[in-house]
Amino acid sequence: MTAHTATSAAGRGVAALSAALRERRSGLRRNDFTRTALECWIGRVDGLEQAPLPAGYASLDCRNNRLAWAGLTQDGFLEQALAAVQRYGAGRVAIVLGTSTASIGATEEGYRELADDGVFLPAYRDFVLHTPHSLVTFVQRVLGARGPACTVATACSSSAKVFAQAERLIRLGWADAAVVGGVDTLCDSVLFGFNALQLVSPQPCRPFDAGRNGISIGEAAGFALLERGGNAAGAAQLLGWGESSDAHHMSSPHPQGRGARQAIAGALQRAGLDAADIGYINLHGTATPANDAVEAAVVADLFPAQTRASSTKGWTGHTLGAAGIVEAVACLIALEQGFIPGTLNCSEPDPLCGPQLALDNEAAAPQVALSSSFGFGGNNAALIFGRGGRA
Amino acid sequence: MSALQLRIAGIGVYAPGLPDWPQAGRALRGESVPDTSSLARPAPPLLPAAERRRAPETVLYAAQAAAEACAMAQCEPAGLPCVFSSTQGDIAITDYMCATLASAPLELSPTKFHNSVHNAAVGYWSIATGCEQASTAVSCWIHSFGAGLLEAALQVADTQAPVLLVAYDAAAAGALRSAIPFDCGFAVALVLAPAGQGSGPQLSLTPAEPGPASLPRADWAQALIARNACADALALLQALAGAQPVQLRIAAGGEFALSAQVQP
Repeated sequence: MTAHTATSAAGRGVAALSAALRERRSGLRRNDFTRTALECWIGRVDGLEQAPLPAGYASLDCRNNRLAWAGLTQDGFLEQALAAVQRYGAGRVAIVLGTSTASIGATEEGYRELADDGVFLPAYRDFVLHTPHSLVTFVQRVLGARGPACTVATACSSSAKVFAQAERLIRLGWADAAVVGGVDTLCDSVLFGFNALQLVSPQPCRPFDAGRNGISIGEAAGFALLERGGNAAGAAQLLGWGESSDAHHMSSPHPQGRGARQAIAGALQRAGLDAADIGYINLHGTATPANDAVEAAVVADLFPAQTRASSTKGWTGHTLGAAGIVEAVACLIALEQGFIPGTLNCSEPDPLCGPQLALDNEAAAPQVALSSSFGFGGNNAALIFGRGGRA
Repeated sequence: MSALQLRIAGIGVYAPGLPDWPQAGRALRGESVPDTSSLARPAPPLLPAAERRRAPETVLYAAQAAAEACAMAQCEPAGLPCVFSSTQGDIAITDYMCATLASAPLELSPTKFHNSVHNAAVGYWSIATGCEQASTAVSCWIHSFGAGLLEAALQVADTQAPVLLVAYDAAAAGALRSAIPFDCGFAVALVLAPAGQGSGPQLSLTPAEPGPASLPRADWAQALIARNACADALALLQALAGAQPVQLRIAAGGEFALSAQVQP
């Protein structure tokens, strides 16, 4: 993995996210996004309203692609991705990005401004803008890549699963490099949708706290560049991934976390590691009563007491389809900078939590980190990253 | 790079005038001309009765084609990893969501919201069949059939075990009709297996030089492609229905295509 970046309410780029984590400075604020009042906290990225896409991309302009652009232009990621396209050839660079709702905010806008006869105004008639593939279409045009391109839209596991799909593409010879990641933006669909499911907290989310009462929704963009043999120069590595399905319920996790366990076991097996090898776990930790109860029990059961685990959603909010990549970047920060972010807003942990849960930030130098992501439809993914310099 | 060598172990179709694979095969061989004017709501055998009544149309289309493909392949659905691919998912639900959000956002239905996720169809399928294998929901605009085919084929090559591919889309609804040209539903399912396993036509995939995608022969089949992007699959289905080896180009992205060699 030769480049990575993340932009969220906790800041633009890796240094900003890292500083927010170290200083325990949350990016959450009271909801100032929806036209109809909704009492909740959100992780909003400032400045997108004043930052249209560069000339030439006007037909793809929407909040989601503006955030994609803001994310691509941090940490020198765009230059490194363009250099990879140059180095390998446009047809040998794949783009696999995750999103839950992509540009649906633009569709929502179109519906608020319908013409008298009930059709979209001309500005809203671009077909791709009303599909999940608008994000990949935009990033592919920016990079000029012409290899395999695919959108993964499995709700909150989307931008974790992209690592598995891209790794297969590279290992089986269909690409030499891949841009992976994901982008999701605040929109009415998710704010009022999760509200309808009674999963949104009126307060800042409190992952794993005994008194937690729901998620805070955030927006984020994150990207990573995977290259064949990209273990040169001390770059962090993707060591393993696991995928599974709960086969249980559309919007509630399996009560014993069967799917979560299978995804974690699959990732460990692929990496050739034991649970005891994992130094840090970035948990899905959404702060819904159900998710955190199941996940707390799974981690307490599978991992030794010295493994450190935390949820960083108190900083960013739940960034849905972008959560996988943002939390992968949080794992890389832990590996590269040698510290464990704690669990912001958790003051009294649920008794189900094991000794693994880190509340305060801790100084440690994990060699291997695991990130888990679980989505609606019972869709699970786990990723394992190794610190640069490992064999 | 070596070609992906596969066997097509099972095929399922649910589309206007093509209610199953045997009838679609006859039509694609030119033995009949289907009436493609309408598509009834199917009752997929593997979904519980309650879901057959209330599930979104896309879930039913996908499950109908998937069940047929699994039966033909004699594969237990619970054991098959799933790749579900769709341009836009359930457009009628997107129409409901956006219309409700524009008028009365606090009245949004929680069920419609969780049914609005792009992975709703594969979620319902995995729940109904008890499938705990990896499942994914992908999209590649109007090239979703080809992109899904590549992802499923790579999973087969990775695990040397069969994988279920389902590509589906529904007719546009409401204001989205002014942006999305689909006017009918279409679902196709394939059980892909490693070339060395079982019986069925052989399929070999390599990257293709950019160029126009292969089209099916019949006017009605070409018309369906304009009416629903997943009907892109008809060129491959025509080859699978035939008796001769065929070389095809299948669009799998804006500027990426698959070269497919079919050996019936």
